[in-house]
Amino acid sequence: MDAIFLAYILVLSIFLGFELISKVPATLHTPLMSGANAVSGITVVGAILSAGSGAHIMANILGGIAVALAMINVVGGYVVTDRMLSMFKKKDTSKGGK
Amino acid sequence: MSLELVNLGYIISAVLFIFGLKMLSSPATAVRGNYISAWAMLIAIVMTLVDFRVITYEALIIGAVVGTIIGWYAAVKVEMTKMPEMVAAFNGSGGLSSLLVGWAAMYEPGNTWFILSTIALSILIGGVTFTGSILAWLKLAEMVTGKPIVFGAQRIVNALVLVGIIVCSVMLCLEPAVDSPWLYALIVLSLIFGVMAVLPIGGADMPVVISLLNSYSGLAACAAGFAINNNILIVAGALVGASGIILTQIMCKAMNRSLANVLFSGFGAVKVASKVEGEVKPINAEDAYLILESASTVTFVPGYGMAVAQAQHVVRELGELLEKNGAEVTYAIHPVAGRMPGHMNVLLAEANVPYDQLVEMEDINRRINNVDVAVVIGANDVVNPAARNDENSPIYGMPIINVDQARTVFVLKRSMASGFSGVDNPLFFGENTRMLFGDAKQSIAGLVAQFKGP
Repeated sequence: MDAIFLAYILVLSIFLGFELISKVPATLHTPLMSGANAVSGITVVGAILSAGSGAHIMANILGGIAVALAMINVVGGYVVTDRMLSMFKKKDTSKGGK
Repeated sequence: MSLELVNLGYIISAVLFIFGLKMLSSPATAVRGNYISAWAMLIAIVMTLVDFRVITYEALIIGAVVGTIIGWYAAVKVEMTKMPEMVAAFNGSGGLSSLLVGWAAMYEPGNTWFILSTIALSILIGGVTFTGSILAWLKLAEMVTGKPIVFGAQRIVNALVLVGIIVCSVMLCLEPAVDSPWLYALIVLSLIFGVMAVLPIGGADMPVVISLLNSYSGLAACAAGFAINNNILIVAGALVGASGIILTQIMCKAMNRSLANVLFSGFGAVKVASKVEGEVKPINAEDAYLILESASTVTFVPGYGMAVAQAQHVVRELGELLEKNGAEVTYAIHPVAGRMPGHMNVLLAEANVPYDQLVEMEDINRRINNVDVAVVIGANDVVNPAARNDENSPIYGMPIINVDQARTVFVLKRSMASGFSGVDNPLFFGENTRMLFGDAKQSIAGLVAQFKGP
């Protein structure tokens, strides 16, 4: 039953994702991708559970490396997306820029 | 904290992820959307840290510190022209992370066959994403040739690797053990499969590949979510997966090719286009200035060459001068211009071009007849009329920006070499085309100097 329940969540999320992302304009496709990079860093949750579990020392080590890799995505993804998005300006505000 | 409370936190996090993505649909709200998405991530991480199953902290603290420093450094330092490489590298680290999470899940006691098969899946997708992205990154950074790498036995090798992956996965489900040779073989084969998948794909097809790998990195997180029975991984992973798939579709459509065609055939390897002959009409900066000076509508059409020449800042300067001169200035951007979706938009935004001047291909094509001057900067295939006229051309059928229908076309080009796909471009021989040879940045700077002149 667990499997079915998870699959249910998966299917609904994919449909929701399609709806949301097809509205993103071409101008923002690069920030969308780097933002998606950051969101895919959600594996950090799984990595934390392994790194912090008492199961086995190897699980902790693998989890620790996975945390590092996922955090690269999370931090790098959000920071670079913010950097990029703050460059997008409308006409009137751009005049005062550098 | 109990599982119920943790999952309640995950629901809040999922809602915020969705709002964050929704706000990405307009440049005006996108910055806040990104913050909301980051909050969603923070909530998910904090809820996990207080999960009662997390009992040791050494490994995860070390990992978090190292990852944060690397990620922060990379994000602050990267140049905007290098965004495709950056996204490719991030896709790779996300993939590898999912692979490791799947692997570590093997150490949990009492895995059912369903969990084992999702572990195999997260190792497979994670591994393919990892090595595929590394190779894509090397190709983008031109450390590996951008040409498709094809060899005779490729299909046979691919088939064997695929069969090996299936066998290993089945055996892993039947005889689960953390030191199982099937597990190690599966990891190695998945890594090989990623390399094999990206080898035959050429540099011009990189926008498709990056989008696809972007999608895989989300799907890998999804699979890992199944493996450890975690909702938020599935929701966030699916959102990323869907985003990558949509971008992949847009890119394929913009090249008039099916995804299968991009993935399995080296570009331009099959057909030979009709040779184009004619006279090229060069122009110098002075004459180009005179034409631009009297133009009332000017459209810039940037391509990857603009990124290479780092010409976006001088282009914006010229654009502003033209506007002061009374011309209407737009920037027409083809969906596959550059090496990733939206690449040109970001470069121009970096150079302070307001986003309302960036127009999409369909919009500019509708009014291209009224454009006095179209300035093509380092773009080639995306403005090649052979895509419309020459049935033998490998790019035939690809939607292009019809600059040849503008009153005058300036093509900025280093020399007469053909574009990334190696296809001749009849545009250069057009009646209304003038070639401005030289480095794009210097040529534009020359025009700027003419405008500012004595």
